[in-house]
Amino acid sequence: MNVDNYLYLAVILFVIGAIGVMLRRNALVAFMSVELMLNAANLVMVAFSQQYGNLHGQVGTFFVMVVAAAEVVVGLAIIVTIYRTRRSTSVDDANLLKL
Amino acid sequence: MTPAMLPLITGAEVTFWICAPLMVLGALGLVLFRKAVYSALSMAFVMVNLAFLYAAMEGPFLFAVQVIVYTGAIMMLFLFVLMLVGVDAPDSVVETIKGQRLMAAVAAIGLLALIVLGVGGAVTGVATGLAQANAADGGNVQGIAGLIFGRYVFAFELTSALLITAAVGAMVLAHATRVKAKAGQRELADQRMKAYATTGAHPGTLPSSGIFARHNSIATPALLPDGSIAQASVSSTLAERGATVDAHELNQITGGTFAAVTAIRDAEEDEE
Repeated sequence: MNVDNYLYLAVILFVIGAIGVMLRRNALVAFMSVELMLNAANLVMVAFSQQYGNLHGQVGTFFVMVVAAAEVVVGLAIIVTIYRTRRSTSVDDANLLKL
Repeated sequence: MTPAMLPLITGAEVTFWICAPLMVLGALGLVLFRKAVYSALSMAFVMVNLAFLYAAMEGPFLFAVQVIVYTGAIMMLFLFVLMLVGVDAPDSVVETIKGQRLMAAVAAIGLLALIVLGVGGAVTGVATGLAQANAADGGNVQGIAGLIFGRYVFAFELTSALLITAAVGAMVLAHATRVKAKAGQRELADQRMKAYATTGAHPGTLPSSGIFARHNSIATPALLPDGSIAQASVSSTLAERGATVDAHELNQITGGTFAAVTAIRDAEEDEE
């Protein structure tokens, strides 16, 4: 099977994730959309790993997962901290730096 | 057309055409659901389907890691924080930036067109497949291990630093310093006596819930000597939900039993 189909699926998922980041105001949902974009990139790497017959793409996916886990831990801690001070998870409410 | 010319339909292809539409639907659900919990569940659904695709693409190790790390750990962490910060805060639908939706749609279409026109059809040729690469070291896991602990060993060591930094960072961020000193036994006793002096609140323990022949749960209110309900004997949460046992019903049972007992006693007295 040609790798193209996987690429198109990954592109669709990536764009949907981008739409989520652009439109959703809830910080958690926006964050999940970022995760969706990361997953789309992972899919591309695994697909190319299969296309060229070596495991480097799968190792890359593994590292992306490690980084995503670390990112989620810190990101969620930041969201919890913001929620504790501002009682909201909406990204519109975090506007202390605005003039 | 000879049988060899027929397009070969593999298991991977079948998996792809089942999982791909479901994944797109799940991704749309992630963006479109107003409630964050539904979004999180859609996301978990997408990730499980992605794990199936990994399995179909000869990556059993990534299949397991995707299910365990992404669906198991990361998504549950998301749900946990969602429960922590309150699930009932719906997203506002008011546009704060004028024309944000339109701009987002244009940007999305532009991004889609850019990537599809950029990479679409760029890859030609049949996939090599991982059968040979997987067999070289005796399996997929062994092959990945050979790369991680060989060529990518420095990156792997660096991820340990990343993970420990993330753990410490999360602890620092989530740590809340105590604003007031914790009230000890002495302070609590003083507060109770002060409340008794000012508002007349009883300084002792609250009355226990009612214990009757048929009911002794914490939802059973205790009855005062005059037959009314002791409000402090049931949790206010239960009382608000209406989960308490009806005290008048209890009263009727008690009254009925009492009447029956007195009737028998009176009858015995009459016989004598």
